[in-house]
Amino acid sequence: MIWRRWAALERAGVMGINRRNADYIMCYNPRRRFPVVDNKLLTKELAIQHDVPVPELYGVISTPRQIRDLPGIVGDHQDFVVKPAHGSQGDGIVVIVARRKDRYRTASGRLIDWRDLEHHLTNALSGQFSLGGLPDKVMVEYRVRFDPIFEHVSFQGVPDLRIIVYRGYPVMSMVRLPTRQSNGKANLHQGAVGSGICIARGVTMAAVSAGNRIVDEHPDTGARISGIEIPHWNHILLMAARCYELTGLGYLGADIVLDAGRGPLLLELNARPGLNIQIANQAGLRHLLDAVDRVATGPCEAEERVTIARALVEQRREVAPPPPLAATG
Amino acid sequence: MNRRHLWILALVLVSAGVGMFAYKWKFLGFPLTSDDVAEAWTIEAHVTFTKLRTGPVKAELRLPADPPGLTLIDEQFISRGYRVTIEGEGDTRRSIWAKRRAQGGEALYYRARVFRDEFQRPPRPAPRYPDVPALEEPHATGLQQLVDRVRNESADIATFVSAALSIINEPAPPEAVRLFLGSRSSELDKARFARTVLQAARIPAEIVQALRLSEERREAELEPWLLVHNGEEWLYFNPRDGRRGLPRDLLIWAMGDEPVIEVDGVSGEVVAFSGRRTLEDALRVAELRTHASHPRLIEFSLLDLPLQTQSVYSILLLVPVGAFLIVILRNVIGIGTFGTFMPVLIAMAFRETKLLAGMVLFTLIVALGLAMRFYLERLRLLLIPRLAAVLTIVVMIMVAVSILSHRLGIEIGLSVALFPMVIMAMTIERMSIVWEERGPAEAMKEGVGTLVAAAAIYLVMITPAVKHFVLVFPELLLVVLAGTLLLGRYTGYRLTELTRFSALAGGGR
Repeated sequence: MIWRRWAALERAGVMGINRRNADYIMCYNPRRRFPVVDNKLLTKELAIQHDVPVPELYGVISTPRQIRDLPGIVGDHQDFVVKPAHGSQGDGIVVIVARRKDRYRTASGRLIDWRDLEHHLTNALSGQFSLGGLPDKVMVEYRVRFDPIFEHVSFQGVPDLRIIVYRGYPVMSMVRLPTRQSNGKANLHQGAVGSGICIARGVTMAAVSAGNRIVDEHPDTGARISGIEIPHWNHILLMAARCYELTGLGYLGADIVLDAGRGPLLLELNARPGLNIQIANQAGLRHLLDAVDRVATGPCEAEERVTIARALVEQRREVAPPPPLAATG
Repeated sequence: MNRRHLWILALVLVSAGVGMFAYKWKFLGFPLTSDDVAEAWTIEAHVTFTKLRTGPVKAELRLPADPPGLTLIDEQFISRGYRVTIEGEGDTRRSIWAKRRAQGGEALYYRARVFRDEFQRPPRPAPRYPDVPALEEPHATGLQQLVDRVRNESADIATFVSAALSIINEPAPPEAVRLFLGSRSSELDKARFARTVLQAARIPAEIVQALRLSEERREAELEPWLLVHNGEEWLYFNPRDGRRGLPRDLLIWAMGDEPVIEVDGVSGEVVAFSGRRTLEDALRVAELRTHASHPRLIEFSLLDLPLQTQSVYSILLLVPVGAFLIVILRNVIGIGTFGTFMPVLIAMAFRETKLLAGMVLFTLIVALGLAMRFYLERLRLLLIPRLAAVLTIVVMIMVAVSILSHRLGIEIGLSVALFPMVIMAMTIERMSIVWEERGPAEAMKEGVGTLVAAAAIYLVMITPAVKHFVLVFPELLLVVLAGTLLLGRYTGYRLTELTRFSALAGGGR
């Protein structure tokens, strides 16, 4: 039983954590490049240099004294996001959608007062959300107004696109749709549903919910998930591909959001991207990574890599069509 | 290349570890289980004599040296006012007791412990052929007749010796034998005569004096045995019945037929031997024996450390085993735990509290601490003061649990003090964050994972075999290290991933 399941996963090219760590992260992600992704401030800086659009940075709070300056940093903006520079997995991010004097409304609809916010910022500065508990900085930035394309398939929060970039080639992607259960967060662990996006065509497939069930309707809105065509798809892939030069990491996950006005924006990068993307895509990663290893022989421009990657995935689709439910999309 | 390097390294580590282990087990006799016992004897030679007039006394006792099949350790010389020196080596080893002014009844004791050691086979050089003893008539003819008869009844040297001895021991021996031995001649006389017969046939033979080790013997005497060289090797013969072979319970005390005790300045000295069988801890025996044969090995081993340090190491050496289990639990099975090595520390605390009570106490402390932590959250404390506060609360909970359980008469509650409190405080902090950020389900899952891992590690740690192995054969940690290194390159699925990715197992494309 165990061995048959094992063999089936092996056949499907499913990558486990051990293999990801030993064969990909250790080989392609040099340690000294990790700060680039662990420090979101640095990521933002480099992204701007590499022509990758990011949410506008309003300001940085680095000491508890500066917390008082928050209203000054935010200025006239009605809404903003505070984000620990070293936070991981979305920890410590607070999205303020509206404010009135000392009262702030978060994305989940909760009203918090200044003291709550101050406490949260103090915690973030002292490193509660950072890896290893080191003192941190807090970024105050533009709140993404998400593109209406996902309006019917997400419950509050911002649906974001996760793209796995291997040696500069975008190989697999998904969109994470917040649900009531996930409390508006786009995190699969917390109950968000993930839906694979075909790299070749930029169209969503059926989603997989927390219990590994395939769902084609959003649990809260009931809208159909598959078949949504992502706008600016080639540009999104190009942004993700550029992250390779930006970080120097051979195996990374790029989180991109679609803003209604500004188009795709790079939210953050991840040097140890999770493996649930395989479930969302109903496919293992390794066959794609092996295919990239065969074509990635010399240096190559980002644009060219995107073209090659899309062709590769298209080829694989022809060889092995995706599962029936997804094929309807 | 990289992988081959790792495999070679692991192989070297394993062979070094297993090699040392096998050597200690097979050749030095280190026991595989802690309750192994080894057969041992305490032997004693008790010399008594009476000095009528005050004066100097010098007593020489021949001592056993390298008895075959046995190891001699722990020799003691007990006497009142004598100076003891040991002289000679091998066959001539002897102790000399000397005293300027001795008077009246005097007693000297030699005591030693003897252990079985199958590998103890001291080499003995081959002798030259003896000359035929020159005897006067009628002895010469009698001896010749006897030799001729025995030669007719035997095929080789071994059977010659057996035949000669059985003829000598006949109830009604032939004329030739009676010529040499009276009707009441002692065993030693018979053995000496047997030697003479063998010399007449030009067979090298020696008399040895041996002590029979048996359950309980007091006032025993040394028995003469015959040592015969058949041209290739030395053979032992029982001069009483002509049987060949050295019994397992025979300690060769001295070579030759000279008396083992000699006291100058007195007459009427008496030596009595006794042996007492004891069962000794096999580990202790191996240690003592190794001390005698390979002193360096013991000097540079854990067993030579002070006992207190040893007991510390008996716990510390279990940590690598626990860490190895953590690697398996996390990387091969895929259980999530709080903190990488936290379950090992909790398992060590379980050693004192026992499993069930330990799990209850741990759950109790974490649950109470967590409740307090949620309350503290509302006070909006800074991170480090909050951690310090949680730590303080953990200590107070521990004190409260101890006092309460003591009042209730549950003594096990006292051992709560052994929980690693800083680690507990960190767990509570970490758990509350996971609780808030990823929900109670995830926090509970990791909490239960931690407990399960700790319980599993505890159960392995308290296995007597594991405890015994790491303390007696610490070189086996090299094998553990090799296993850990190999698991460091384990890229297969974790068992939990088989369920996690179950949705992908169906397609198989």
